[in-house]
Amino acid sequence: MSNLKGWKEIPIGGVIDKPATSRLYKTGEWRVSRPVIDREVCINCMQCWLYCPDMSIEGSIEGKRMKLGEFKMEYCKGCGVCAAVCPVNAIVMKPESEFIDE
Amino acid sequence: MPNIRDLVDYVENNDWAFTQGHRLCPGCNAPMVANWATLAAKSLGYEPVVGVATGCLEVSTTIFPYTSWNVPYIHNAFENVAATISGAEAAYRSLKNRKKIDNDKIKFIAIGGDGGTYDIGLQSLSGAIERGHDFVYILYDNEGYMNTGNQRSGSTPPGADSTTEPIGKASSGKLQLKKSIVDIVAGHEGVYAATAVTSEPWDFMRKMQQALEFRGPAFIAVLAPCVRFWRIPDDSGVEVTKLAVETKYWPLWEYNMGVYKVTKKPKTFKPVKEYITKLGRYNKLMKRPDANEILEELQNYVNAKWDRLLALEELTKDKPLRTKI
Amino acid sequence: MPVKLTVTGAHAVAQAMRQINPDVVAAYPITPQTPVVEYYATFVADGMVDTILVPVESEHSAMSAVVGAAAAGARTMTATAANGLALMIEIVYIAASYRLPIIMPLVNRALSGPLNIHCDHSDAMLARDSGWIQFFTENHQEAYDFTIIATKLAEKENVLLPAMVNLDGFITSHGVESFEMLDDEVVKEFVGTWNPKYSLLDTENPVTFGPVDLFDYYFEHHRQQEEAMNNAYEELPKVFEEFAKISGRKYDFLDLYKTDDADYIMVVMNSTASTAKYVVDELREEGKKVGLIKPQVFTPFPKKEFQKALNGRKGVVILDRAMSFGKEAPLYSLIKSALYEVPSRPKLGSYIYGLGGRNTSPKMIRQAFEDAFNDNLVADEQRYLGLRE
Repeated sequence: MSNLKGWKEIPIGGVIDKPATSRLYKTGEWRVSRPVIDREVCINCMQCWLYCPDMSIEGSIEGKRMKLGEFKMEYCKGCGVCAAVCPVNAIVMKPESEFIDE
Repeated sequence: MPNIRDLVDYVENNDWAFTQGHRLCPGCNAPMVANWATLAAKSLGYEPVVGVATGCLEVSTTIFPYTSWNVPYIHNAFENVAATISGAEAAYRSLKNRKKIDNDKIKFIAIGGDGGTYDIGLQSLSGAIERGHDFVYILYDNEGYMNTGNQRSGSTPPGADSTTEPIGKASSGKLQLKKSIVDIVAGHEGVYAATAVTSEPWDFMRKMQQALEFRGPAFIAVLAPCVRFWRIPDDSGVEVTKLAVETKYWPLWEYNMGVYKVTKKPKTFKPVKEYITKLGRYNKLMKRPDANEILEELQNYVNAKWDRLLALEELTKDKPLRTKI
Repeated sequence: MPVKLTVTGAHAVAQAMRQINPDVVAAYPITPQTPVVEYYATFVADGMVDTILVPVESEHSAMSAVVGAAAAGARTMTATAANGLALMIEIVYIAASYRLPIIMPLVNRALSGPLNIHCDHSDAMLARDSGWIQFFTENHQEAYDFTIIATKLAEKENVLLPAMVNLDGFITSHGVESFEMLDDEVVKEFVGTWNPKYSLLDTENPVTFGPVDLFDYYFEHHRQQEEAMNNAYEELPKVFEEFAKISGRKYDFLDLYKTDDADYIMVVMNSTASTAKYVVDELREEGKKVGLIKPQVFTPFPKKEFQKALNGRKGVVILDRAMSFGKEAPLYSLIKSALYEVPSRPKLGSYIYGLGGRNTSPKMIRQAFEDAFNDNLVADEQRYLGLRE
């Protein structure tokens, strides 16, 4: 705990004075399996984007169309909800052991 | 009502209101509720100020110095999120009256689990609703004290195993029905109250918008599985809540100042047994010799509840108790 | 120009609140605090203040609502007594830990059970370790004055702690007495405007209030609370000085009455000090060198002031209107502990009095002094005034 701040250095009252600081905590380390998406099959409906409990999927509007972006592995906990809600089965969950060299 | 495009557009050009790095279990449905509620508000142009009762959502999203909230947030205690938010809302009115703040976009959202809503926080909730504060209360209902390891709450359904009323050789476990919390809230009359589920995000979004626009207290009870203690696979929470609607276990309806409306009417229903047997928390129940009797009772109950809802809808159509708070 | 009002103590406190005109008041009625809320509700109803009054359904919600309101940047007040304080105590601690400068008159009443609505200080002592600044007041004037002083102190940037102003239930709250009320404008200027550092309504800079604070930071936050209390102690003389300028009334941590040459001193809080002063006067006429100390500030505890005031005296009798079962009485134990460090320790006597509103007569006060005169003080013995054997 020696690298933690002392009592004179932190805001009073337990206030966290900045928003969204939990992004510094990488929940991706919890993952035991990861989503792999087949972009050919994906219809960019964004269902997985909406459902991801960890806001780990990016999305964008390109012109008139929605486009599914990257799956952010630093936060993805590998729950598989994205695969379960995908209407076209474009996402499969694969064991993390297959990606051990990455 | 925001559509998927609006939401994607909002996040791309702004940010999530509820962010990555929270420590809720993989597959938990609570963050969906928190995300959708705040995102709906943001995309509609509101500035949500959020209060959360002690519980999973609270402990997992704000571990000092980490916060997953990208909007103003307060946690006070377990039983008082409604009172706390009512104070913040009163402050908003006062500071606006006194011209100390110039912001018409703020909306107050209180979020509590079933323990903090059905049980220990019920008085605080009732008081805040009765006083007519302008706030939206969102219940994420996982039917037990899941944060502390599956203790029984007033929302735990009959037959579900829990650590404080376990099914054992001499006990059938909890046999009492869960409280009909939306009816309790509707009993305050001058209120908007609704049920929702994680499998119906657009039904939720519409209700959220209605709740935000409602000038007074609004309440949405969202069935949001705890994958851990419902003993279901991490990825199946949404599938399970879909079944809950299809079996009449958790009908989708709303109450607006005396008027009942069923917001989803499936053409056919599945037997409630399909829902029950999907959840590992009922495994012990299903092994009991009287399991079928209990199931039959439950089926009769959900049938009667459904019929009652339809009757209420018919009875109260175009007959609000009042038109403003 | 200040005006003289002859009213109840509850009314006097409500007048101070009216002049401070907080943004939000959330309160729940409880005897004997009820008239404070009633008067204030009347002020709101008549448009004399533009406070938003939140008529909550319990004291727990009263404190919860003012915590929410204060976190949203409002100047907030509530008031309670005894069982009401007990019901809200969880949030009383939280208010202090969140560093929200909430002001709360506490109309002292016995903490059940069995049920008793009359005065003692067991309620205040319930909150003695909650992290609140605690003032004690003898009469209407002090209850009024300290409500204003508390607001000024609590909101100091290096303090930011909630403060409670104790006044005796019924005796002060319902008794009619004269006090001098300052001009509205003078009070308004004295307390100034409240500009919080963090607010829930600042949507441009979202903050998180009330996170989970584990073994890595909880300790540090509590050390900050201690520092704030130390700062309150440092700031108080300045606030007393400023208040003297607007009122002509100069307060201090301890109200010292005829103590200069006193061999024997009594320590007692709140309204009983008036009775004790009467007895001191009588004894002085009889040639006894006696005096009285009435602490105005209990938390932060004025340890140095007690050391200075009591060092070298022959005997000190300390009256507590609360018991700490199985331990020495609260005020007594603190004073006794403070005297550990003085070179010339007086003899000490501990007296419990007035529980549940039991009347405390001049005769009882005199009895405690007599014990001191007769060299009959035993530091390790708790005695009772007005108790039937």
